[in-house]
Amino acid sequence: MKLTGAEIFIECLKREGVKTVFALPGGVVLKIFDTLHQQKDVEVILTRHEQGAGHMAEGYAKATGKAGVCLVTSGPGMTNVITALADAYMDSVPLVCFSGQVPTNLIGNDAFQEADNVGLSRPCTKYNFLVKDVNDLAGTIKEAFYIATTGRPGPVLVDIPKDVSMAKAEFTYPNAVSIRGYNPTYDGNKWQIKQAAEAIMKAKKPILYVGGGVVFSGASQELLELAEMTQIPVDMTLMGLGAFPGEHSLSMGMLGMHGTYQANMAMHYSDLVIAIGARFDDRVTGKVSEFCPHAKVIHVDIDPTSIRKNIHVDIPIVGDCKTVLRELNQILRATVNGEQKDLRKPWWDQLREWQQAHPLTYQQEQDGPIKPQQVVKRLYELTKDRDPIVATDVGQHQMWAAQYFKLAKPNRWLTSGGLGTMGFGFPAAMGAQAAFRDRLVLCIAGDGSVQMNMQEMATAVVSKLPVKIIILNNGFHGMVRQWQDLFYEGRYASSYLDTTPDFVKLAEAYGAVGLRVKKVGDLDAVLKEAIATDKPVIVDVPTYPYENCYPMIPAGGCNHEMILEDPPELKKKQSGATKVTPEDKDTVLTA
Amino acid sequence: MEHIISVTVENKFGVLSRVAGLFSGRGFNIESLSVAPTLDPSMSQMTIVTSGDERIIEQIVKQLNKLIDVIKVVDLNETEFVSRETAIIKVHTKDQDRAEALRIVDIFRANVIDSTPTTYTIEVSGDPKKIEAIINLLQPLGIKDLVRTGRVAVAREPVRSAAVQAKKVARE
Repeated sequence: MKLTGAEIFIECLKREGVKTVFALPGGVVLKIFDTLHQQKDVEVILTRHEQGAGHMAEGYAKATGKAGVCLVTSGPGMTNVITALADAYMDSVPLVCFSGQVPTNLIGNDAFQEADNVGLSRPCTKYNFLVKDVNDLAGTIKEAFYIATTGRPGPVLVDIPKDVSMAKAEFTYPNAVSIRGYNPTYDGNKWQIKQAAEAIMKAKKPILYVGGGVVFSGASQELLELAEMTQIPVDMTLMGLGAFPGEHSLSMGMLGMHGTYQANMAMHYSDLVIAIGARFDDRVTGKVSEFCPHAKVIHVDIDPTSIRKNIHVDIPIVGDCKTVLRELNQILRATVNGEQKDLRKPWWDQLREWQQAHPLTYQQEQDGPIKPQQVVKRLYELTKDRDPIVATDVGQHQMWAAQYFKLAKPNRWLTSGGLGTMGFGFPAAMGAQAAFRDRLVLCIAGDGSVQMNMQEMATAVVSKLPVKIIILNNGFHGMVRQWQDLFYEGRYASSYLDTTPDFVKLAEAYGAVGLRVKKVGDLDAVLKEAIATDKPVIVDVPTYPYENCYPMIPAGGCNHEMILEDPPELKKKQSGATKVTPEDKDTVLTA
Repeated sequence: MEHIISVTVENKFGVLSRVAGLFSGRGFNIESLSVAPTLDPSMSQMTIVTSGDERIIEQIVKQLNKLIDVIKVVDLNETEFVSRETAIIKVHTKDQDRAEALRIVDIFRANVIDSTPTTYTIEVSGDPKKIEAIINLLQPLGIKDLVRTGRVAVAREPVRSAAVQAKKVARE
């Protein structure tokens, strides 16, 4: 029997196990929406903006490990979803985005709502397709899912012209895909793995540096075994949080620009860095020429381009983290004995000393303004038993969430790392909630970034996605203000937000629940109330506006040269300040 | 250092822009790029002349390999190779210069492929130094137009000694 392109599209989604599509309609995709409307296997979540659809698909993918799917129209639909594609590309999120296109006979004619979708998305997708013939549609969709989810995952775009979705073809879904130019390497080179094992056995000051690759590869169990067997401390990147239990005694926490003191010191003084599924981003390396000056480097990554891109690597292993770690563990199991523990005792003494010297710290006074760290800490303590999924936007609140919300398991952490996309958190949380309707999904946000996709509150209410947004409301683009205080002599150029909406009323206007924490003493009660509510909630928490996020390695600085607290002149300036003063506004105006 | 990279790609639309976009997006150099279908019409062969230090060339090769439409990448600098470039040069020739132009053509084993009373169109092929040399000599006559193909290159076949060759034949 012949099916229309739109029907083929849905049949393909069913065969790929897709249950949810985040979508917004438009002229050239109406046939597909009309067909989706007449079936029940694939749920459509109607978003209010295509960027929201893209981030929801990302959140879905990060929480489930499967490809997220979004569907947008041509022209502005496509340009709106670009941010999400670029975000997914940087953070290796498996995503399949379907875009409508003007009919094939109009392509190139500057038709209404026409854009060169393939051209626009080329630099921010792993691969993209324009389907010109309905007979190619099923095979293309199969390839799209295959490319998005294998190797180093990433976003794939499938551009479907209107006439292709309406034309008919015989439907057959291929069982397998073979692309001659695309054969990801999963098994690491055995010789190299042996070399790595030997280096691990000999190292006196080893450190595991693990990233998002461990999460996507599902290698947490193998990582735990490796770390416990060899007693090697674990640094996690922002993307790797949850790959290793945050409360584990071997965990050093997050490393990098706002990483913990011990995590960064461990990297700097290590004699063996074992990088697994991490890519030596500049937020981790700081000054490349002085990065890990004493260390040999082992680098396990499925993407060969990640290896030796920024940092010289002594033992490169191209392969899937899970497969490589299994093999590595097998070798080590036979060789590890008590000797390593003695060998590394001085290293552990040093690590514990660092840990005690400069733990993460902040001052919360009983009657004083609410400190943002306190909010994250209490939120963590109140919810950890429920194994929540945590999304964040980008900025100070993201770093505090990374520092204080110690995730125990992978696929619970939804954050925008590589691209640093403000407005990511809320829709990503909704995507995860759509995948797991019964789970607790939190979104820790800032008052600046949350407004970038606030319109999706309507989607959350209508589609019954009871995400809890906790806004650390300091009236600033906080991270920008922090940099201005530290590096721009305190001139608050365009970082003070002056007017933010009343988030409680805003939530209510959408039909959601709005709550506000007025003082520290109320924090627990309000958070508990939010968690117990089965609707989307915004918790507005006005926080101390001048709190800065430490430790901090200034951009391009060395890992062992962290700023640990406000410099004296800054402390003086801000002493006694509880909220933004008229002088600050003047700084804004005169800057 | 200059490298010649030979890239076998799928022969379909958009592939050239993927390769070119990779170079521009990552700030790699392209000095020349030539592309044409191979014996197998489903594939094309690109010859890219680029430059960079060892680390950059390694990244270029890896990034090219990462493109889904790229089937094979060879950095020809790692082996012996032969390369050629063709130029077509249209030269103004006054009466007194016509004989000189032909002499230059002769010396460089170039060909005159079109002629009018006031111009010669000359085709020359060889390595880039040779092309540069003939251009320099023709310049005083007045070059009206110049097009160059960019380089194409292929790895040299390894030469086996007679004994090794005999052994191979015997094995087969």
